Formats: sequence, C-alpha cells, structure tokens
Amino acid sequence: MAESPAITAPRDGVLGTVSDVLYRRPTLLLLLLLTPPLLWLGIIYLGSLFALLAQSFFSIDEFSGVIQYRLTLKTYGELLAPANLDIIVRTTLMAGSVTVAAAIVAFPIAYYAARYARGKWKALFYLGVMLPLWSSYLVKVYAWKLILAKEGILNWVFENLHLTWLLDAYLSIPVIGGNSLSVSYSGTFLVFLYVWLPFMVLPMQAALERVPVSYLEASADLGASPLQTFSKVLFPLAMPGVIAGSIFTFSLTLGDYIIPQIVGSSRLFIGQAVYSHQGTAGNIPLAAAFAVVPVIIMGFYLWMAKRQGAFDAL
Amino acid sequence: MRSDKTLRSPLPLKIAAGAGLLFMHVPILLIFIYAFTTEDKTYQWPPPGYTLKWLGVTWNRPDVWEALNLSVRVAAISTLVALVLGTLCAAAVSRTRFFGREAISLIVILPIALPGIITGIALRSAFNIAEIPFSFWTIVLGHATFCVVVVYNNALARFRRTSASLIEASMDLGANGFQTFRYVILPNIGTALLAGGMLAFALSFDEVIVTTFTAGQQATLPIWMLEELVRPRQRPVTNVVAMVVFIVTFLPILAAYYLTRGGDQVAGHGK
Repeated sequence: MAESPAITAPRDGVLGTVSDVLYRRPTLLLLLLLTPPLLWLGIIYLGSLFALLAQSFFSIDEFSGVIQYRLTLKTYGELLAPANLDIIVRTTLMAGSVTVAAAIVAFPIAYYAARYARGKWKALFYLGVMLPLWSSYLVKVYAWKLILAKEGILNWVFENLHLTWLLDAYLSIPVIGGNSLSVSYSGTFLVFLYVWLPFMVLPMQAALERVPVSYLEASADLGASPLQTFSKVLFPLAMPGVIAGSIFTFSLTLGDYIIPQIVGSSRLFIGQAVYSHQGTAGNIPLAAAFAVVPVIIMGFYLWMAKRQGAFDAL
Repeated sequence: MRSDKTLRSPLPLKIAAGAGLLFMHVPILLIFIYAFTTEDKTYQWPPPGYTLKWLGVTWNRPDVWEALNLSVRVAAISTLVALVLGTLCAAAVSRTRFFGREAISLIVILPIALPGIITGIALRSAFNIAEIPFSFWTIVLGHATFCVVVVYNNALARFRRTSASLIEASMDLGANGFQTFRYVILPNIGTALLAGGMLAFALSFDEVIVTTFTAGQQATLPIWMLEELVRPRQRPVTNVVAMVVFIVTFLPILAAYYLTRGGDQVAGHGK
C-alpha cells in the first residue's frame, strides 16, 4: 500500500493484511465482532418477542376457535374479566410477599457474610449461597415435594414435637391454609421463597460490603440504639441491594408456572394461564396477552426502582 | 475497612444467618438420603431402610440414558454457541464505546431477566409461524440464547481487568491481530471463558421452562423429571435421577468458582 505509515512496514501474508486493515479501522472490527451475536439475539430472540407481542393484538373466534388476524384490543379486554384479573392479582400478591420474605430471611445471611465472615468462612458463605443459586431448579422443587408430602419429614417433625395441633390450626386459617401444606398457598410460598432466596442474598451482600463500618460506629457513638442504626443507616444503605435482588425474586415468581403446578392449590398463576391457553386451549392470542402482563408489571417495577435511584448506587 | 480487628458478631445474627444457610441446604441433603431409601411407594420419612438397589435399577433404564444423552448434547452445543457469541459481544463492549452500547448489554441480559415462560412461548410461536418443526436444534436455539449472558458476564469482567497495554505491546512487537489473540488475549481470558462455559453448561443442563416449549417429542432429563413430578410413577428412579442431576450441575459450578477465584493475579492488573 502506498500510503502506509513510514515507521512500520505492512505485515506479510493474508492474515497480516487483514490484521492491519482491522487495526486501522476499529469500526470494521467492532462490526465484525458484533454482527454474529446481534444477528442471533436480534433475529431469534427479539424477533420471537415481537411475534409474540403482535399475536396479542389478534383475537380468537369463540365459535370456530380460529385465530383472526385483525388488529384488535379485544384480547386485552378479556384479561379484565374477573377470572383473569383474579389470576393477575393473585400472582402479583404472591410475588410481592415472596420478595418481602426473601429480603427478611436474606438479610442476616448477607450481613453476616459481608461484615463478620473472614477468610475461609467468607468463601464458605459465598459457596453456600452460590451452590443453591445455580443448582438444578427442578431438583430443588422436587426436594420440597418430598418435604411437604403427607408422610414426609415436615409432618414427622411436627408430630414428634407434639405440635401437630399447631400445624392444623395454621392450616385452618382461610386463604393461606388448606387441606395440607402441599396444596395450600403457604406451600407454594415456601417453595418460591426457597428457590429464589439466593438471588436476594448475593446483591444484598454486595451492597452491605460497601457500607463502611465507621458509619455504624459513628451512629452508635452518637447515641443511636442498634435498632435505630439499622433503620436509619444500615437499611437505607442496603436498599440498592434489596431492590436489585427484588427484581429477580419478583420477576421470577411472576413468570413461574412449574412450582404452583406441583405444590399448591389448583388456582392458577399467570404462568400456568399462559401455558394452558397456548397448549390445550390453543388460544395463542390470549396466552400472548397474558405473557405481556409480567413484562408490563416488571417494566413498571423497574421504572419505580429507577425513580427511587436504585440503579445509581449499583 | 478494618478487617484486622476481630469483630464479634451478635448471637442472634449468628443464629439467623446459620438458620438461613440451613434452610438453603437441608432440602438438597434430603435428595441424597431419599436416593437410597428402600421405600418405593411413598415419600415416607424417616426411610424404613437403606439400599443401593435403585442405583442399579436406574442404570439399566434406557429412557433415562436417552434423556441424559440428549441433555448433554444440547448443553454441549448450546455452550459452544454461547461461548462464541458471548466472547464476541464482550470483546466489542469492553474495548470500545459506541452508540447503542447499553442496548447491547440489555439484549444479552433480557433472555434471562424476563421470565422463562415468555422466552419459551415467544420462541414456540415464532417456530410455528416460520413452520420450523421441533427438533434437537430448536432446543439448542432456545438454550444458546439464554446461555450467552453467563459467558458474556464472565468474559466482560475479565476483559475489563486485562490491561490494554498488553495488547498494544504484542502488536508493537510485531504480532498480528490473530497472533495477539492466540498468544496474549486467549491465555488471559481462558479461565474466565472456561468458567462461563461451565456455568452455561449447568444452566442449559437443568433448564426446563424454555425447553417444554421448544422441544417436540424429545425429553431432556429435566423434562423427564418434570413428568415424574407431575405424575409420580417411579419414585425411586426419580430420586436417583434427582441426585444425578444435582451432581452434574454441582461439579461445573464448583469448578467455575475455583477458576474465577483470585482474579487479582491476572496479568497486567493494576499496571
């Protein structure tokens, strides 16, 4: 090449030339790097998502069961039917309570790991949260089927502690109770809490690690009780972690359809509604509209979180 | 932080943290005990006796082997695809600033941030529209899509810690771009890729929600388990399979942890 810089000679061979060209044109390199992943994710993933979104604006003919390819909001109107609205409210309430409970249970683990655990213990805590986080979802759900079974370990424990009356009293409470734990909302709640808990611990721990101990000492020195230090100093500073974790627990609960199917009452959650409408009922538009609901709820949730400044601190 | 100071933790905190950890691990422990129970009709606790019989029974089950085989093949190929796509994406995002950079991070994370059922039904309806028959490859398509993010995250973290001056030095010393990649970049990001790949493998191996939508008649091991969960027919075999699935996902996770631990020793760090 005539205009090649005087200092270095062009590299030899095809590879050398290609390498030179790419070095001089970073944009071309960037384009080459990005094209394969963007093609894959853009076409396969985003394409599918848009196809799904489009389908939610179609409707199904009640008599023939044939999908009518005309744009309409009728399917979204069906979501407002009492039975469907029930499903949405039930799922959102469950996601909300699972998130709050996860934050409460996760806090001591995250705080201990962040502040007191050192060296070997720190690694142990980290692994102790990482392993349940990554280990098989189905195996975890299966474990709870074993635990909650009528002849399983939980009933055995209550029996041996002579506390069966307590469990029965709890189960007789309307709404959260039921015939047994494995067919009640409480059972579903427990399994959700168990499966998503590690997703809350890790971001919480990350946030708590960043709280300087001197803040807590200063708070105590200035006369705050431990409870005040917690509510005025520690908790606000841990909030970004809580919100980051809650995004997982909330979103994952909203979309799950396997846990409520295996442990819980027969009343549907959003995921199950999507699954049954697209499967046996063949009502793809309604399934698609149902699938859009968690996306909208999550979008709203993220927007609120952003307004609270949760992302600035992360 | 005064890490040298011996901190004494309040007892209630210790108990609450310990109880939380127990809550996370006891259920998994139960899986291991149930795999050896002699009881085959119910989930009776405590197990009336212990036996190794079910390991042999499961070993001789062709349907379990078939499902395991399919799961391993799907996970292997999805991991390969995710490794390539995730590394390319991470390389682009880490080195340069360009318009739409944030959007790319979002697209990569979206398949795992949105509930699995949405990814699943979206892919399924897209396959229907495009009239693609369900097969081994439709499962891979779905799995690779959400596996990209773990490779991407691991590779990106390592790229950010790898000093750019190493690459410049290599180029200055006469290596071309490909040689630089082979002898300088790859050794630096190797363990991160291995870790990301292992996590991707674990993620794909036990994925069930997306798979129910993208698989036709074929059953991966998690699908096999799901059927047993909904309609238990052969509890002892399911117990053993649950244990095996746990171990197969557990080992890569442990390996990934040890591979990415102590990332401070990465060359060029803290130049």
